[in-house]
Amino acid sequence: MAPTEEFEPRILGFLCNWCSYAGADLAGVSRFQYPTNVRIIRVMCSGRVDPTLVFEGFINGMDGVMVLGCHPGDCHYLTGNYYAERRMKSVKSILEYIGVEPDRLLLDWVSAAEGERYAAMVKGFTEKIRGLGPLDKEKPVEELMQKLIAAREAFAQHRTRWLVGKEKEMVEEGNVFGDKVSQEEFDKVMIGSLRKEYVTNRILLSVKDDALSAREIANRLGVPSKDVVRSLINLERDGSVAVAEVSDSSPKYRRI
Amino acid sequence: MGVKGKESTIVDPKIAASTPVSSRIGAVLVVGGGVGGVQAALDLAESGFKVYIVDSTSSIGGVMAQLDKTFPTNDCSMCILSPKLVECGRHLNIEILTCSEIEGITGKAGDFKVTVKQRPKYIDVEKCTGCSECAKYCPVDAIDVFNEGLSERAAVYVKYPQAVPLAYMIDRDVCIGCGLCESMCLADAIHYDDQEGERELNVGAIILAPGLEEFDASIKSEYGYGKFRNVITSIEFERILSASGPFRGRVQRPSDGEIPRRIAFIQCVGSRDTTCGNSYCSSVCCMYATKEAVIAKEHQKDVEPTIFYIDMRSYGKDFDKYIERAKEEYGVRFIRCRVSSVSEDPETKNLRIRYENEEGKIVEEEFDLVVLSVGFESSEGIRELAYRLDIELDEYGFCKTPIFHPLETSKPGIFVCGAFSSPKDIPETVMQASGAAACAEGLLSPSRGTLIKSKEYPGERTIRGQPPRIGVFVCHCGINIGGVVDVPNVVEYARTLPHVVYSEANLYTCSSDTQKLIKEKIEEYDLNRVIVASCTPRTHEPLFQETIRESGLNRYLFEMANIRDQCSWVHMHEPEAATEKARDLVRMAVAKASKLEPLERLSLSVIPRGLVVGGGLAGMTSALALAEQGFQVYLVEKEKELGGFLRHIHYLLDGSETKKHLEDLIEKVQSNKMIEIFLEAKIEEISGYVGNFKTAIAIGEDREKREVEHGVVLVATGGEEYHPDQHLYGKDPRVLTQLELEERLSSKKFSGEPQNVVMIQCIGSRDDTHPYCSRMCCSEAVKNALKLKEVNPKSEVFILYRDIRTYGIAEKYYLKAREEGVTFIRYNDTNEPRVVEQTSDEGGKVLAITVFDPTLGEEILIEADFVVLSAGVVPPKANESLAKMLKVPLNEDGFFLEAHVKLRPVDFSTEGVFVCGMAHAPKSIEESISQARAAASRASTILARDAIEAEGVTADVNDRRCNGCGLCVLVCAYNAIEIDEEKKVAVVNTALCKGCGACTATCRPAAIDLRGFTNEQLVSVINSF
Repeated sequence: MAPTEEFEPRILGFLCNWCSYAGADLAGVSRFQYPTNVRIIRVMCSGRVDPTLVFEGFINGMDGVMVLGCHPGDCHYLTGNYYAERRMKSVKSILEYIGVEPDRLLLDWVSAAEGERYAAMVKGFTEKIRGLGPLDKEKPVEELMQKLIAAREAFAQHRTRWLVGKEKEMVEEGNVFGDKVSQEEFDKVMIGSLRKEYVTNRILLSVKDDALSAREIANRLGVPSKDVVRSLINLERDGSVAVAEVSDSSPKYRRI
Repeated sequence: MGVKGKESTIVDPKIAASTPVSSRIGAVLVVGGGVGGVQAALDLAESGFKVYIVDSTSSIGGVMAQLDKTFPTNDCSMCILSPKLVECGRHLNIEILTCSEIEGITGKAGDFKVTVKQRPKYIDVEKCTGCSECAKYCPVDAIDVFNEGLSERAAVYVKYPQAVPLAYMIDRDVCIGCGLCESMCLADAIHYDDQEGERELNVGAIILAPGLEEFDASIKSEYGYGKFRNVITSIEFERILSASGPFRGRVQRPSDGEIPRRIAFIQCVGSRDTTCGNSYCSSVCCMYATKEAVIAKEHQKDVEPTIFYIDMRSYGKDFDKYIERAKEEYGVRFIRCRVSSVSEDPETKNLRIRYENEEGKIVEEEFDLVVLSVGFESSEGIRELAYRLDIELDEYGFCKTPIFHPLETSKPGIFVCGAFSSPKDIPETVMQASGAAACAEGLLSPSRGTLIKSKEYPGERTIRGQPPRIGVFVCHCGINIGGVVDVPNVVEYARTLPHVVYSEANLYTCSSDTQKLIKEKIEEYDLNRVIVASCTPRTHEPLFQETIRESGLNRYLFEMANIRDQCSWVHMHEPEAATEKARDLVRMAVAKASKLEPLERLSLSVIPRGLVVGGGLAGMTSALALAEQGFQVYLVEKEKELGGFLRHIHYLLDGSETKKHLEDLIEKVQSNKMIEIFLEAKIEEISGYVGNFKTAIAIGEDREKREVEHGVVLVATGGEEYHPDQHLYGKDPRVLTQLELEERLSSKKFSGEPQNVVMIQCIGSRDDTHPYCSRMCCSEAVKNALKLKEVNPKSEVFILYRDIRTYGIAEKYYLKAREEGVTFIRYNDTNEPRVVEQTSDEGGKVLAITVFDPTLGEEILIEADFVVLSAGVVPPKANESLAKMLKVPLNEDGFFLEAHVKLRPVDFSTEGVFVCGMAHAPKSIEESISQARAAASRASTILARDAIEAEGVTADVNDRRCNGCGLCVLVCAYNAIEIDEEKKVAVVNTALCKGCGACTATCRPAAIDLRGFTNEQLVSVINSF
């Protein structure tokens, strides 16, 4: 890892218009000092923060991303922050899955009255990221980028997005049959769905230029080969990949 | 088309006790929509009965839909099944109830009330177009049961792409109710408030065809199924082989997707195994394993398949030839042994198989993939069904049926077919299905035609002399087409084409509101040709043809452009090129349509009588089955008395006698007023065609001539015992055939001293001159061995065999024979037993048999009082002349060759002619009876009609061009063309013509054209491209 004094983390913050952004304003008004590493994007609600935007941030060289909203129960739009919370939880689980420290993403609440808290938060987060080191400390960078792009794509899929959107209703109020879905059951489907999309997208990226066997893909991706086989079955069915050649006894897949 | 109601003349007393003839309900419930249920339903509906099919899953098709290929012809399973499913789905008088179970039943034979519970599908079958958008977005990964868990599907799913009905449903077990599918469904078919429903069906009879389940291989833990990823079941391997399966037909193993080179098949997993309670043989596994080995080799040439088996039970028609080809052409290795265990290398995930070879040595061998050939067994669901219907099951949970009534359950009016009554393959199931249909038809014949609907159409518009006015309807198919092909562009383009006066886009052209719209546009724009550019004509053409027919247009004034299955779906990443192709396809359809002419479907009258050739068990049974349905029958027997081969069979495997059954049957046939019997009769000539045959018969010693007219012919000429010329037969009186032994045993000539008896199997079977298995000899030998032991337990009985083929439940008696001390010694074809006469130690003349015993590894000598030869079954010589007269084929062995080995096992490709019993191949009593009833059922689909309608697409001869050369006669597979010798021109019998066009493509002076696909039409299409 590079010495800390040479490493300046780049951090992106998504702040909601009504609470956290106001809190940041208050910090300024109050002259609370905090590191210069953070750049803020204002959004009307934390609920607007699409997981893909988080990954877009990482892809564009951010070492950490903050998503800050109103405290629970305070949301200007009533429930936006709950969605944010659930979404970011999913993002963290995928970050962990792909080997990126989940701590590089911060989800927290700042009220319009908490200028000091905001400043402390930024400071603490910056130090944490400094401690973690640059996002691309892991070599090669290409692989990290592939992972992040694949993760972004996983969150861009219609079905994962639908689940992300429907989680709260289904867990707290009830599904289309009027039954509540337990958090555990939902998470299982949600995470399963994301991981599968992720693996699928990684495979697609891996076989873009090279024809690879299931085993080779599994080694490259560090996921169990049986999962790779399952994804390949689906990709081939959708017409996204095809077997380009069979060398020895290994069918090699390539993107089409 | 009219269907007749006829008075039945004979009534089974058992049934007569139930419901009066007049009040029987002309509807039948078929439980189970597999190939058996589907066949029964089609037979019944085609002969004038309303049918309900109840299936517990979301679509019909059963296990056969899961199979890749079928033995022994390697036909694509889906390709041959799918048309039957589609026919079922579209039939006006078949109603399919999916996701349904039988709740309860009241009433009796002739008038049942059945309560059916329907689980909610949450998707409206009528509205769902099967476009798959819902499944594409469903976030839930469920196990794809159809692919045997090898791949995933969504919570909203259709069982398989060709499913009938092709409607999705939601699997509530895994659905988390997110509501995404509803928002994706453009057809508005999803409704989450769907409730469990209940229906009460009023039917006269019930046919049970629920099939069986596969044995749960994880119970045999020594094989590692469920523990080792690369140990799979045969049905899973079937999915792997399938082109629509998880690996698109490439042979890949589940652990890492590598192509397994060394594949082991372990036979008898859950069969012939008393430790798991399944002591019966599952009958089909030897063949399907060999087939899977052959197909795997075909798909991936490096594959080296090995089959570990106990006995090779390839007893069916042409099965042994298949095994030989597997060995010789495909290099499949067969090892005779019981595998003791399978272990996994944790590193490579390869598997080690441990077995004892024939020399008694323990061997270990490594494989990349292990396939367990799982057997059939009964299930909880089947036991539950039996309980609800109050029918008896046997000790294994199969439906209990008497040998002489193999299609009847213990409850009158409820019939059974398929694997539910015992493990069996597809053709046996199809035969039983038709047979069960015949039972129901016999019971309900007075009510035939009372509950069926027939469609009334308006008169046809004349379009002669009018220029073509074409309407083009282009389908978006949700986004299936529209997402790739620029549909508005295609619609615009269609307007610019010659003769097109109207064109529009539809979200779903197949929806019922679009049908209404098409009819409006036909009227509004005075259209006289219609084109739909959408999916495949194979599934949708009949629907659209019906629509235009309802508008008064001839159904042949319709053309389809396949811009989905053959365009948008296969060019998903090239929208521009796909649009270009769609425009081309539409232009070509327009070119064809502008040349289309209305075609006529000829109506031909039917003589409602049948001719049955052969008065044995099969012939008598089929004659009675037809008579029960109210059809007159001519029964022709070459001998002086009825009975055939059965006269030589005196008792059955279970020890019961046959005499009474035979006498009853003969009595019934003789006393039936609808049956006219000709004894000592010979058929001299048969002419005519389906519905209208004429046959000349010579009867009795003085060859009295008689000519009869009939609508169908049933061939039941039976088989004969092979006359041995080996092993001192005919030279030494102590050498007998099994039939001769049976004769002596039944006449109590064996009651004295204990005897040493040696039986030799495969005499006149599986040899160079008779390369087929005679199927019954193993059971026959076991039966007589048991009888010898019963008469005198001290008798020593040896059976020298090659493979013991006591398939199905007969396996029980093989086990019993072993328990009672019958000695089984295996020999192979290079080491046949030798029989000589020699002087015994006591000085008497004895028969000495020398045979090599593989377990001892040396030759042994057995002295015997009697040698019994298990002589095979051979076809009667007279088959040849009859086949010529009927213009139907024989196979290489001299048995009649059916139209299709799997799905048309009693039909010939010549319509109106059917086969049953040993004329078809050697078979058991139950099998002969089932097939005889099947032939009657198939025949009744013709006899029940006043007239049959011929296909409109038929060959047409231009007399002025035809020179009567007869080339067309030669190429016609249906015997539909004859040469008028006087005029020297070919004459097409449109009743027989199937419209294949082989003649048109052959005709030298271009005198025969094919209506609907004329040279002019096709040239026009080609030129337009």
